[in-house]
Amino acid sequence: MGRLNWRGSMSRLLVQRAGLGLLTLVAISALLFFGTNMLPGDVAAALLGQQATPEALHNIREALGLNQPAWWRYLRWLSGVLHGDFGVSLASGRSVAGALMPRLGNTLVLALLAGVISVPLAVGLGVASAMREGGIFDRLTSILSLMSISVPEFFIGYVLVVVFAANLGWLPSLAMINPGMSLGERLAAITLPVMTLVLVVLAHMLRMTRSSLLSVMSTPYIEMAFLKGLNRSTVVLRHALPNAAAPIIAVIALNLGYLVVGVVVVEVVFVYPGAGQLMVDSVAKRDLPLVQACGLVFAATYVGLNTIADMVAILVNPRLKIPR
Amino acid sequence: MTQVLRIEGLRVQSASGDVLVHDVDLELARGEVLGLIGESGAGKSTIGLAALTYARPGCRIVGGRVLLGGTDLRGLDAAGRRGVRGARVAYVAQSAAAAFNPAMSLLNQVCEGPVRHGLMSRAQARERAVEAFRALDLPDPHRFGERYPHQVSGGQLQRAMAAMAISCQPDVLVLDEPTTALDVTTQIEVLAHLKKLIALYGTAALYISHDLAVVAQIADRIIVLRHGKIVETGPTQAILTSPKTEYARALVAERKAAELGVKTRERDRADTVLTVEDVTVSYGRRDVVRSAQFTIARGEIVAVVGESGSGKTTLAYAICGLVAARAGCISFEGAPLAPHYTRRTREELRRIQLVFQLPDVALNPRHSVGLIVGRPAAFYFGMKGPDLKVRVAELLVSVGLDPSIANRYPGQLSGGQKQRVCIARALAAKPDLIVCDEVTSALDPLVGEEILKLLRRLQEDLAVAYLFITHDLGTVRRVAHRVVVMLDGSIVAQGAVADIFDRPGHPYFARLMASAPQMRPGWLEEVLKGRAGSQGDTSIARSGTGSHLLE
Repeated sequence: MGRLNWRGSMSRLLVQRAGLGLLTLVAISALLFFGTNMLPGDVAAALLGQQATPEALHNIREALGLNQPAWWRYLRWLSGVLHGDFGVSLASGRSVAGALMPRLGNTLVLALLAGVISVPLAVGLGVASAMREGGIFDRLTSILSLMSISVPEFFIGYVLVVVFAANLGWLPSLAMINPGMSLGERLAAITLPVMTLVLVVLAHMLRMTRSSLLSVMSTPYIEMAFLKGLNRSTVVLRHALPNAAAPIIAVIALNLGYLVVGVVVVEVVFVYPGAGQLMVDSVAKRDLPLVQACGLVFAATYVGLNTIADMVAILVNPRLKIPR
Repeated sequence: MTQVLRIEGLRVQSASGDVLVHDVDLELARGEVLGLIGESGAGKSTIGLAALTYARPGCRIVGGRVLLGGTDLRGLDAAGRRGVRGARVAYVAQSAAAAFNPAMSLLNQVCEGPVRHGLMSRAQARERAVEAFRALDLPDPHRFGERYPHQVSGGQLQRAMAAMAISCQPDVLVLDEPTTALDVTTQIEVLAHLKKLIALYGTAALYISHDLAVVAQIADRIIVLRHGKIVETGPTQAILTSPKTEYARALVAERKAAELGVKTRERDRADTVLTVEDVTVSYGRRDVVRSAQFTIARGEIVAVVGESGSGKTTLAYAICGLVAARAGCISFEGAPLAPHYTRRTREELRRIQLVFQLPDVALNPRHSVGLIVGRPAAFYFGMKGPDLKVRVAELLVSVGLDPSIANRYPGQLSGGQKQRVCIARALAAKPDLIVCDEVTSALDPLVGEEILKLLRRLQEDLAVAYLFITHDLGTVRRVAHRVVVMLDGSIVAQGAVADIFDRPGHPYFARLMASAPQMRPGWLEEVLKGRAGSQGDTSIARSGTGSHLLE
């Protein structure tokens, strides 16, 4: 009976969390839409350029529905999005989804690779430096991670380019990929951006793993575990890590979100054909539907990952999992 | 008797070089229980942990030998010491709630030791754990271990930790204040079970406590410690009846005073200061205090007693307006007070002052004592400059502190001095009622006794009334005129102290009285025998845990 109640309250908690996530997304969509509409410059003028006669401007505004009130356009756009229709790119006239999807795929490949490498590396290094607190290894990782946190990502990118592309000549400095390239060529092309991203997100996760573990390591139940005669790695992995997991998971989610969203700068540095670069280009062209779609996809990734992290944190917390 | 553990010339230092334990020697025979007693900072736990060759972070064992069955544990390498910990010398911590991993089931934690030490298979360890659960009267021993620490009561958890400690059948148990965090009625059960367990497995034990009465029930011999040195050592009976050193005599006398109390007459109660009528306080949908009703007369000391969770502190907070009562009326000298302090006048606030349980937390570490004590005088009476200085000095003297302390900061004071500062701060407002929330429970017994004496003296000098929140009947006996007994948020009995201790009107109070440990060895057995005879009595305990102790 208690267990049934638990299932009930548990799923209610999870549904609540998911609902909150959706609500956040709707709010973001409104912000995005009205925010981009406030951007200086006019799409019609930008499209027509030199040939902008008042009449032509009027016609093109009419054709694009720009004369209708903003809230009406927002609702139409939102209902379109909910049906999977992101509208038509103003610049190219192609569907937004068609322009975005391949680029998003590229971005996700980059983010996925960086995530797969950085998360286990960060947690592993964090655990290792917590286990040797105050030792040389701990101090070294501490200094290096502080350095990589305090340096902007484009700088890390350029440093890597200078070292590996310009000086050593091992890797290409640009990450342009095209359909004709083999898998090996593609991997070589994106190695530097992936390395940059790994370095950027590694430090946060590493430091959180370390500090969260260390704060658990000073609790009485860890002392008790030592007094039971358990060795250090058993104490850390079996007793400390599960209790330190919640904040680590939260930071991992935050950083995975960053990998997708914050990739913009890195894509620009390496001229990588991802969604971030697409967004930057679209802003320059005043291609609002494309900007909005990119923004929404990024926001959804971010909110989604954080919501999942919240849910996982609830699921791993034994107090919530198994009530009295 | 064969000797199991022998500690010779043990010396422990902190990182800053302070000596925490000075050349302590002790020995322990098989099946013997040795009590280590002393105030906080006496080095009791440090010695207990040293028996496992373990020193807390920041401490170091710098000298001496720890001989277990003839081998010096300090001579072993790290792996050798690990092999001893838990397997041959096991530790029981003060707070089971903190010492159990919240993310692991109890059974996993109990079985972990024997399995990891390679002493038993998982199935064997499980079998033994169930056996221990049964010996400790834990409910449903076969399935008890499936639960997580937060799912069982404090008393059950403490017993589960005892089961964890004996899981490897160690030669020596180190019991570090194993009942201190428990309510008196629970303490008695856990104590009885520990005693049973020690007898059952023939284990030797170091029993660490600050409470002489508790140690008297279980220890064969007692070592009295102070400032990391042995003050006196001897058989339990000898220490209790004829302590040789002055310090041991003071400890015994303090305990006796708690048992005997001070004779108080019922005072003239005509002039009522505080009236609590039908007060109910709720947190969310749960009533924490239900229809409380009592009065406090001018210059009277009223004690509210009850176990943790009985609502006594909430009641005190409602009187001070820190939590708003949901229903009922609190009036001061006949005038009703607003439920929440933000709606009370400055004068109303001035007349009721609060002294908290933990002086460490109640004093701003960045304010000097002079600022802390002077603040109410400035706030309520507009004092400043030299007047204020004089007043602060006067207040500090009245609580038995040197006026020069005004320039110091809380971090530089001892626990007892800090509590005196808190009392001086309350007095600065010239209140008519001081609410004291467990003001001595965080202090060592002798220091606490001094604080109680101070409070009584102030009450006689200033005719201020006290509402004394406490769980300790010894405190009630020593200071209070009247007592209000709370159980699960309701007041179940009240009356003059002399009357209620002679004729406890409610069975719960009788049970509380019976549970407060007395120094007489053999007292525990008497109480348990008495309890087994009247089973009806035990049904009053909420949890009903351990109601069939010695079957």
